Amino acid sequence: MNQTPTSLRAVHLSCGYSGKPVLCDINITIAPGEFVGLCGPNGAGKTTLLLALSGLLTPHEGRIELDGADLATLPARQRARRISCVPQKIDAPVGFTVRELVLMGRYAHTGLLAGYGPDDHAAVDAALAQTNTQDLAERQAVELSGGELQRVLLARALSQGRNILLLDEAASAMDMGRRVEAYDLLASLNKAGTTVLSALHDLNLAALYCPRLIFLKAGRIVLDGATTEIFTESNLKDIYETELRVAPHPVTGAPQAHLVPGAGRHPAPGNLGN
Amino acid sequence: MAAEAKQSILARRVLWGLLLLALCLVSAFIACTLGSYPTPAGTTLRVLGSALGLTSHADLDPSVRVVIVDIRLARVCLSMLCGAALAVAGTVFQGVLRNPLADAFTLGVSGGAAFGASLAILTGAAGAAAFSGLDPSTGTLPVFALAGALAALAAVLGLGRLAGGSMGAMRRETLVLAGIVVSTFLSALISLMKSLDEESVSSIVFWIMGSFQGRGFEHVRLALPYMLLGLILILWRLRELDLLALGETQARLLGLNATRSRLWLLIGASLLSGAAVAVSGVIGFVGLVVPHLLRRVLGAGHAALVPASALLGGLLLLWSDVLARSILPGGAELPVGVVTALLGGPFFCLLLGKSTGSRS
Repeated sequence: MNQTPTSLRAVHLSCGYSGKPVLCDINITIAPGEFVGLCGPNGAGKTTLLLALSGLLTPHEGRIELDGADLATLPARQRARRISCVPQKIDAPVGFTVRELVLMGRYAHTGLLAGYGPDDHAAVDAALAQTNTQDLAERQAVELSGGELQRVLLARALSQGRNILLLDEAASAMDMGRRVEAYDLLASLNKAGTTVLSALHDLNLAALYCPRLIFLKAGRIVLDGATTEIFTESNLKDIYETELRVAPHPVTGAPQAHLVPGAGRHPAPGNLGN
Repeated sequence: MAAEAKQSILARRVLWGLLLLALCLVSAFIACTLGSYPTPAGTTLRVLGSALGLTSHADLDPSVRVVIVDIRLARVCLSMLCGAALAVAGTVFQGVLRNPLADAFTLGVSGGAAFGASLAILTGAAGAAAFSGLDPSTGTLPVFALAGALAALAAVLGLGRLAGGSMGAMRRETLVLAGIVVSTFLSALISLMKSLDEESVSSIVFWIMGSFQGRGFEHVRLALPYMLLGLILILWRLRELDLLALGETQARLLGLNATRSRLWLLIGASLLSGAAVAVSGVIGFVGLVVPHLLRRVLGAGHAALVPASALLGGLLLLWSDVLARSILPGGAELPVGVVTALLGGPFFCLLLGKSTGSRS
């Protein structure tokens, strides 16, 4: 399958839900073919930013550009052909098989009158094969484990398109082996031209795979740069407000963060009575 | 292995479809032989054959022909058509609103259509006279029924929204409660209209109970165009029903304009149920029961569910009508709405118990 390297840009973006602001004055440019990690503490606005970049939230201020064009002016189907997204924690729909669920990724590619065609089924088969989920294809989606469902959602995103992938904690429920498998797949897709933006809590996974990291905190970008430069003890301490050490990965040399027990921010037991 | 499993799922769907189709045809034939004046299968077959132009009808008794074709076959066609329309509408309502308790009846859509029809009879100067003989030449009646159906739906969704929640995420019970409120209010208005105009009482009672008594092919012709229009709207957006089942966020991520899609699907389902009510009155529970039964055997994919719903809905209402016209001794008829309510009421309770149980 061919892909067109796609760029995504947020310009002075502020947005949130029904008037309640979550993100404030976000400026980022994801260049074609980049692999970017989106990190930050709980509630920093990572999911909101991904939803906004997917075109699902109307910006309160500013705009989002997809290859230079204002995302808000793109019809939903065209947008979905160019941006594929793996959403965070979903309830598997009752009564659908895995194959049916992945086939829905092809909706934006079908004509208004025609149904799903041979191309669509071929794209589904390819996506199932790439994510190693062929054996799950005829299972009921509700019967899958959390990690299996995440692999299936990745397959759906691949069947939808490979220009730009937005992932929201897309491997959080996978076991170690599956997680490496999933990120190796993302890395190889990225080599073939897919632009990837992945939100993830696992800092070490982010540092291993993403050459560039963006850190969000309280709705603002606090750090954006090359992983080797910004992944430092002092930066991470400031963002996560906890004690940690950074040491190089024994194989790749990528920086890896290690927690230090006893450095949490919980109040001392004696103070609880106040 | 995966390919075989895929084949077997497909094969099962095709098999169920063929089974339902065969049952529909056989049932339609059997229903044509039954009545206060039963006709032997051979005679019925020959009469039906001659009606289709397949065999000659020189030696057939014309009065037998009238009974079998103009009375029974017309009723068979109309009851199957209305059953199919109500069941497909129920499938769509449940899919769009993601609510297993949704149905034209529980949402108040049928009540709205009945109210519209009653209003047409009351206000149309010719209406009352024409409909005491049930002359369908007044094409305004279905239009009133459809307008009533859409208005009731808008009112119920508005009430549901007041109670909180967007269209795809309203609490199941909230929506049904709103439906009951609107239905009750409208049936009170219908009763009021009844007392205003004694002459049209009998024909207005008909809308409340639901019946195929005295219906003919002209009613099929009256409802069919609206039903086809509704069906086309739904078939056009069949794939979108599957996406809507995933919820608002995912449907939009996959490229669906969810608001527009819901709107057109709801209009399509309202057209189907409104047209059915216009010719048959309020018949409850068909649209509720059928999708549930089918989802168990076919899964939730709407490409299989919608056509199968049409067949099973037709089958269910056909037999309900046969029961309604043959269960009482002495040729008296029961309103078919009574039969479906007797069958569907307990089923509804079962669903209600299950859906509240699964929440905790």
